[in-house]
Amino acid sequence: MLTSNIIKGVTKGFPLGITPTKVEVKEVDFNPTFIVKTLTKIDYSALYQAANDVGHAEGLPEKLEDDVKENEDLLKKLHNALLQVEVIEGELVCPESGRKFPISNGIPNMLLLENEVENVTQ
Amino acid sequence: MAARNSISPQIEPMKRYLIQFAHEHLDFRVQEIRSILSLIGCQGIMKEKDLSDGSPFMEVELSSETVAKALMQRTVLSKRLYELWGEGTSVYDINTQIKQLPKEILEPYTSENSSFRIVVETFNKKLSTLEKISRIEKLTEPDSIFYGPIKLNCPDYSFHLLEFYHFDGTSQPASEPSKVYFGRWIADGQRARIQQYHLQKRHFIANTSMDACLSMVMANLGQIKDSDFVFDPFVGSGSLLVACAHYGAYVAGTDIDFLLLHARAKPSRAKQKTRSRNESVRSNLQQYGFESRYIDVLVADASRHKMWREGSQFDAIVTDPPYGIRESAARIANVENAKVKSLENGAQRYPQKTQYQLGDIFRDLLNFAAQFLIKGGRLVYWLPIYKPDYQESNIPQHPCLEVESNCEQPLNSTISRRLITMVKTGEFKGPESHGEQKASIAVDHYQCETFRQKYFKATEMEANEKEKGGPPSSSNSYS
Ligand SMILES: C[S@@+](CC[C@H](N)C(=O)[O-])C[C@H]1O[C@@H](n2cnc3c(N)ncnc32)[C@H](O)[C@@H]1O
Repeated sequence: MLTSNIIKGVTKGFPLGITPTKVEVKEVDFNPTFIVKTLTKIDYSALYQAANDVGHAEGLPEKLEDDVKENEDLLKKLHNALLQVEVIEGELVCPESGRKFPISNGIPNMLLLENEVENVTQ
Repeated sequence: MAARNSISPQIEPMKRYLIQFAHEHLDFRVQEIRSILSLIGCQGIMKEKDLSDGSPFMEVELSSETVAKALMQRTVLSKRLYELWGEGTSVYDINTQIKQLPKEILEPYTSENSSFRIVVETFNKKLSTLEKISRIEKLTEPDSIFYGPIKLNCPDYSFHLLEFYHFDGTSQPASEPSKVYFGRWIADGQRARIQQYHLQKRHFIANTSMDACLSMVMANLGQIKDSDFVFDPFVGSGSLLVACAHYGAYVAGTDIDFLLLHARAKPSRAKQKTRSRNESVRSNLQQYGFESRYIDVLVADASRHKMWREGSQFDAIVTDPPYGIRESAARIANVENAKVKSLENGAQRYPQKTQYQLGDIFRDLLNFAAQFLIKGGRLVYWLPIYKPDYQESNIPQHPCLEVESNCEQPLNSTISRRLITMVKTGEFKGPESHGEQKASIAVDHYQCETFRQKYFKATEMEANEKEKGGPPSSSNSYS
């Protein structure tokens, strides 16, 4: 679910809502270095929301305290939310436009239609 | 020695080593070594000139054997590394020199309880077994430096006598070597990985999958290290991500090709009728035990930067943008006043794609990298080049990015591709700020259709030649 934390909807829509129909929890090696580093970059409240959307927020605090680094138990839960919980089928929903992006096989489709692409003259 | 030390800030004295390169991707060799040394934070003084007459040997000064070994743990373009014991133009030169080496260097490896062997290797000339033996005898004659027993299989220490004969490719190779080296073997490079990750054995390949060797060179130039987060906006079958995951990175990518990412595209292997359902970037990582490093791939248009949250950051971007005939360079068209098409029951509808101009691809890529790389992060990508027109000003620029290296892979007499490595050196000022920094190409050599015409004409000619059984070009070399 790390990805859901770095992508947006059509233009400003963040965080994307998640409507899952199939969620899997994959076993991923725990690497605290990567988790700690990632926590400095993500929007935690969005991760918390995403975890709630897919029903895997158990044990996650609403807000992150500064001492996460030392709290291995919490790091493991964050590891679970960031790397292990995966939406296999479902939709990402842009909070701004309501536009839905389908996820199939664990791969979100973020393509927009012609008319949704804003006029970027580059 | 003393003079050199005074230039380098290092206090440790430097020792002489010798790298033996593979005869492949010549223009990339020094850059790969330089990039790895800077990644592991070590000084090295390379004698690049050694390579200039076609020799595969380059002397390099490093502070320790530990550094030398760490270097060999990553390089795919080097075959071996030796501690340099002697150098000259004949085995006699070597013999004289090694006898004068200080005890501290010799004794740990040449005492009577250390078994050893001497391997003779020549370049551009074949030696008979007798000729080789006579050289070995010369080096091991009764008053030689070696006191231990000779053991051909698994000796304690291996020594190599290396001879390079100049050959300009036209006349006969020189009869006398222009360079002879003698060294103690320290470590092999990572050539074996090329087989380990070979595309022939790769679960999922696309028409433009990058071969294992170049993928790893790209990862080295990108300075990919453990726990990095690496992104490939034109991910295809993910071959670059496999190489990055090998060096410990977490990886993600996007591709506009829905069918490819979902294993429904036409198979890329000649004998295969349909793709198996689980051909995916994920399965490629799985194949090598890197599933834990897989973050995600998405179907997305790399030109749409708005889909990324401001402030999200990658440690490196490593990519092979679309520029060829074998895959389409597309981006979602912006058709003004187009009729709103309804998406019925989630059906995947294919948005209309327009031609994605080469110049735009690279400008977009640089803009993306400038915004989403961490400071100090690297962007590594290929540029197609029509050689007669190429000039340095064709390389796209961005105020936040600096060119770190530029290595050419010739594809035939008129076209090549260049691997460009850029480092993000400046802070990106967001679009909100005044004077947003933008990528530009001083002389856009892709601007007119003529680039495509010339480039593809050259590729087609090569393809025709191949069919006629002409000289094989380096395989999988243009995309
Ligand atoms: C040269 S291939 C990269 C191959 C890849 N390195 C691999 O290992 O298979 C370029 C890829 O870019 C994709 N592509 C073309 N236009 C694109 C766009 N606008 N956004 C994202 N991907 C695009 C193509 O579908 C193709 O897979």
